[in-house]
Amino acid sequence: MSDTNPSPMNDAILQVDHLSMKFGGLVAIGDLSFQAKRGEITALIGPNGAGKTTVFNCITGFYKPSEGMLTLNRRDGSSYLLERLPNHEIPARAKVARTFQNIRLFSGMTLLENLLVAQHNKLMKASGYTVLGLFGFSGYRKASAESVELARHWLEKADLVDRADDPAGDLPYGAQRRLEIARAMCTGPELLCLDEPAAGLNPKESMALNALLMDIKDNTGTSILLIEHDMAVVMQISDHVVVLEYGRKISDGSPHSVRTDPRVIAAYLGVEDEEVETVLTEVGDEDVIEQLDTGPDSAHGPGTSSSYLAGPVTDTIGHSEGERVTVSKGASKAGQFDAKSSAAASKAAAQAAAPPAKAEPAAAKPTAKPSTAKAPAKSKVAGVSNRLTAPRGGEADNLTRIKGIGTVNEKKLNQHGIFHFDQIAAWKKADVAAVEAYLAFDGRIAREDWVGQAKLLAAGKETEFSRRVDAGKVETSHASGKTAKTVAGKTAAAPAGKRGGRK
Amino acid sequence: MQYFVQQLINGLTLGSIYGLIAIGYTMVYGIIGMINFAHGDIFMVGAFTALIVFLILGALFYSLPVVIALLIMMIVAMLLTSLYNWTIEKVAYRPLRGSFRLAPLITAIGMSIALSNFVQVTQGPRNKPIPPMVSTVYNIEGISVSLKQIIIVIVTALLLALFWYLVNKTSLGRAQRACEQDRKMAALLGIDVDRTISITFVMGAALAAVAGTLFLMYYGVIAFSDGFTPGVKAFTAAVLGGIGSLPGAVLGGLMIGFIESMWSAYFSIDYKDVAAFSILAIVLIFLPSGILGRPEVEKV
Amino acid sequence: MAVTVSPERGVVATPVQRATREALYAGAIALGLFVLFIGLRTDQNISNELILVQRWGLLAAVVIATMLGRFLYVAYGQPFLANQKIADIATGLLPESVATRFFRLPYFIAAVVVVAVLALLAGSLDGLLGPGLAGYARFARALAIIYALASVLFYFRTFILAHFSALGITALALYPIIVVAVLAGYAGSMAGGFQGSLKWVDNFGIQILIYVMLAWGLNIVVGLAGLLDLGYVAFYAVGAYAYALLGTHFGLSFWILLPAAGAMAAFWGVLLGFPVLRLRGDYLAIVTLAFGEIIRLVLINWREVTNGSAGISGIPKVTFFGLMTFNVSDPNYIAKVLDIATSSAYYKIFLYYLILGLCLLTAFVTIRLRRMPVGRAWEALREDEIACRSLGINTTTTKLTAFATGAMFGGFAGSFFAARQGFVSPESFIFLESAIILAMVVLGGMGSLVGIAVAAMVMIGGTEVLRELDFLKQVFGPDFTPELYRMLLFGMAMVIVMLWKPRGFVGSREPTAFLKKSKAVSGSFTKEGHG
Ligand SMILES: Nc1ncnc2c1ncn2[C@@H]1O[C@H](COP(=O)(O)OP(=O)(O)O)[C@@H](O)[C@H]1O
Ligand SMILES: [Mg+2]
Repeated sequence: MSDTNPSPMNDAILQVDHLSMKFGGLVAIGDLSFQAKRGEITALIGPNGAGKTTVFNCITGFYKPSEGMLTLNRRDGSSYLLERLPNHEIPARAKVARTFQNIRLFSGMTLLENLLVAQHNKLMKASGYTVLGLFGFSGYRKASAESVELARHWLEKADLVDRADDPAGDLPYGAQRRLEIARAMCTGPELLCLDEPAAGLNPKESMALNALLMDIKDNTGTSILLIEHDMAVVMQISDHVVVLEYGRKISDGSPHSVRTDPRVIAAYLGVEDEEVETVLTEVGDEDVIEQLDTGPDSAHGPGTSSSYLAGPVTDTIGHSEGERVTVSKGASKAGQFDAKSSAAASKAAAQAAAPPAKAEPAAAKPTAKPSTAKAPAKSKVAGVSNRLTAPRGGEADNLTRIKGIGTVNEKKLNQHGIFHFDQIAAWKKADVAAVEAYLAFDGRIAREDWVGQAKLLAAGKETEFSRRVDAGKVETSHASGKTAKTVAGKTAAAPAGKRGGRK
Repeated sequence: MQYFVQQLINGLTLGSIYGLIAIGYTMVYGIIGMINFAHGDIFMVGAFTALIVFLILGALFYSLPVVIALLIMMIVAMLLTSLYNWTIEKVAYRPLRGSFRLAPLITAIGMSIALSNFVQVTQGPRNKPIPPMVSTVYNIEGISVSLKQIIIVIVTALLLALFWYLVNKTSLGRAQRACEQDRKMAALLGIDVDRTISITFVMGAALAAVAGTLFLMYYGVIAFSDGFTPGVKAFTAAVLGGIGSLPGAVLGGLMIGFIESMWSAYFSIDYKDVAAFSILAIVLIFLPSGILGRPEVEKV
Repeated sequence: MAVTVSPERGVVATPVQRATREALYAGAIALGLFVLFIGLRTDQNISNELILVQRWGLLAAVVIATMLGRFLYVAYGQPFLANQKIADIATGLLPESVATRFFRLPYFIAAVVVVAVLALLAGSLDGLLGPGLAGYARFARALAIIYALASVLFYFRTFILAHFSALGITALALYPIIVVAVLAGYAGSMAGGFQGSLKWVDNFGIQILIYVMLAWGLNIVVGLAGLLDLGYVAFYAVGAYAYALLGTHFGLSFWILLPAAGAMAAFWGVLLGFPVLRLRGDYLAIVTLAFGEIIRLVLINWREVTNGSAGISGIPKVTFFGLMTFNVSDPNYIAKVLDIATSSAYYKIFLYYLILGLCLLTAFVTIRLRRMPVGRAWEALREDEIACRSLGINTTTTKLTAFATGAMFGGFAGSFFAARQGFVSPESFIFLESAIILAMVVLGGMGSLVGIAVAAMVMIGGTEVLRELDFLKQVFGPDFTPELYRMLLFGMAMVIVMLWKPRGFVGSREPTAFLKKSKAVSGSFTKEGHG
């Protein structure tokens, strides 16, 4: 089971090599390699469904990985191949403890009992596997008293000692999270894996949690592997960040380098926008939705998440201003960035030919696997009949004068060769369907009668909406002549504000 | 070979009856996740109802075509047995829905005890034999097939077809499947969950009543305590096939039927039940969710 | 609460109107349910053919009784209960206000007087009142005794609840002595006292304690570890047959065979548990049920060894630790040694204390184990198996120890049962027994020893009392056999109690360790396990 070849100088407590995990056809983790260093806090971040919890489940033996090697090097020099150990031996022998995303406490047992259960193996030995303990041997009594002391120690650390004799199920949410960590610590781990410990905590509880984690790191030497959505927590306490998307590593490094990694930003942006859009759709604010809409992104991934870009990341959006790009549906956010940067070289050609991700195999490569479901949509875009490679006379119409088209969509339409009202006016059903699929608008083009509006505008007439636009009364549109770019900056800032507010 | 085919036919007959009962277990389990221990006794009540109707018919008419008599017995048994199961669900299971998981299991056991003793008290403890209703036996190349067996297989097949249609093609079936997946969500979407569950119990009881009638016709005798063994066997069948799965229940029923008849024929009749139960245990060790059951994913 | 709006007509319906509707509804259903089963009865005539006997009068009576019951319940019962605000959720007893009205000093004195007068007249009751009325008088006396006892219990309720276990054990230890003393006083002689005590010690005492022990054993598996075992009686059978076979063939003594039987049952528990314990929930339930049936069927069919359905008789009695025996023919028969009158009651009383000791051993071990790592792991397993594994607990061995420990106590109880009966047959190990034991665990409150013991007493004691209700013959005529209704009532009572207290008599859980102060954990937090 464990090869105990001593390698004292090994400062990586956990070494993940080429880890893959497949569920049927779904590749939850694909060829993931990273290291967690001893005594550090390593954060594992990524959008929902990226496979972070699955990584934890592989490390702690709940899933047997399809491929790959997980090496754990203990302080005493022994090392264990985790994928070969039975589930329960991983905490017992390799000294890896974990918490769960949806808290798993023994809710009908008291806090103290929860922490005593965590010391099971130690106490079992002390009680002579029950036999000696049954007859009240003193060795067991001593061990028992010590275990209560250890429990008290962690209860104090977790600020729960006043509630030691209450059932765990009775605690408020934040306290349950802390108790779960305290319980994991009672197993005496060398590596502590925490699955979204700050999820659902209020700022105060979040602070307390940070303090607890820092305390653990500083005073016990326990290394921590942390899954976290709250960027504030990640930036504050982690020494090293690994970013996952669709089961693949897209970035790995110090918090600062990861934070400024454009691929990470791209990965996070899409989810954010989708999020905001869902909220707004519920509120029914269509104009704002339109403005935010980045089309393909709403086709993204399995889950929605809450607190992605709280706090610090707001300013990364500042950086990304003007870099918002859209690629075919189904491509990953990071892939979109790749697509954009490589596409920049041959921009005109790429725009004319097909969506960038498709045009650039290199860009598509890291993103080829994920969510292929929406793929067909992109071929449809190519089907819009009356595309132009460039605006006639070098100047496009202000498409935002059509109700339903905002700056973002205007840009997208431009990218796909739609520049003039008369082009939209000439759309047939198939074209509308193709564009709707591309923009991920269901029936909205027909509902808002873009074609009808465009006909009027193409004929030089005005609509009620276009008058308002021209009067500068519509925030989501730009008056004719203004560049799209500046407005795009503004629109990007708006959701950021919202994000901050929502957290 | 003849002998083998003969046993195959016997097994098919027996398996049909088990399958019909097993559906009741599996449906109730699927929709409210509880083992309805009283279902075997519901089967017994069905058989007893058929017996009493048979006697009434005998007293009222000098002679009546067998098919009609059987049909009347079956229909009355289905109606009254459904009423029993409906009442039991309403009185003993519904108030405990969403409560402690073992509580409805205990009330089901209580109901099972109460039902069989109710029949004992009201109808007496002795075996109740009836004269054979159908005695035609066909002999095809040394294999004897009785008309009884043919009736059983045909009735079962027809009922299963009807049942399959109900569950898969009607809005009722859709409501049932919705409740199975997520009862809260189904309720939010306007499905009357209580009604759907009641109907599930009624359907299970109706099938059990048919099984009871066929059992009475086949063996020609019934007693108040006859619910237990077929009940446990049918439950075994449901689990063997994968509890919650309707085709699984039928498959499991047939398997138990075959195992029993083959074991009695080739090994020892004494140990046929032991064989059936042992095979259940062995199958479950290798297929922990039964043959057609959805494997339980352990979400961490 | 007293007035509700009728949904159909939108008019305000008084409880009486509503009750009328409900009663008609209930009547219709009762008619449907009972028309064939009560209205008609299948009977054999002289030529052994089935005939139908018509009983329409009885059917009408039952339907009307149902309607009346429903009417009274909806019209008066429900509003009454609603007004009372069932306050005492913790104990589930009558609400304080009702109880204080019910138990009053004058009533108590009256009851005591009734008891005293009727007890004094005991001998001459038949002569004074005639056999019919005397039956009623005895019934009234029994009621008065119960009332008086209940009053005393109610008056000292806080004290009793505080010291329940100690008082309970004391009462159990003194029980045979009290029974013998009372009956001796009644019969006027010591021998009479012993003779009369047979029924009380055996049927009520030993019988109930066997079930208490079985239920406590199963409690380890179901109540603590949360594994649903429907075939517990198999281990009881293993213990009983182990003692019966080894005792009759090799003449080994009970004191050797008791641990052997326990070990054997534990071994079977491990043997069964090893392959099946990875099954979850109801799959485990059915496999254990199947195992129970397999054991019973093997006992029936393996005639060369087990003597089939006829069972094994002539099982040796337990000796008084080898010092004295309970066989009249032996030279060291207890009555000869102690020089007292011969009586079979000595053996029963000895057995009573023996099973009491075994029960206390079970309780002691359970309490002790709960406070040890293995016991805590059992409960943790019930709460959350995945979390257990994440803490390095080997769930397979933990489940196996629970299964084996439970089985071991089943084996002890089994060998005791064989010794007490002197005879075992597969009859005694049917599924119903497993079901009843499981019901005791659930009705008592999973994990609570006191609750389970109370449940066992109520269930077994209750059915035994039903055997005694001969006076009902006075009411329903001499053909009436109350015993027939025993299991019917038993089943219905199981349903009613479960509906009334779905978490059992004692829903809360005692923590196994505390820092400052031990506080009971409310039942709403504890889980029931998946296995
Ligand atoms: N037991 C499982 N069976 C099938 N698919 C699973 C299982 N566990 C996780 N997945 C899938 O793997 C992907 C990654 O999930 P997860 O690791 O929970 O993501 P994260 O924790 O990053 O949000 C998801 O698409 C999820 O549906
Ligand atoms: Mg996760």
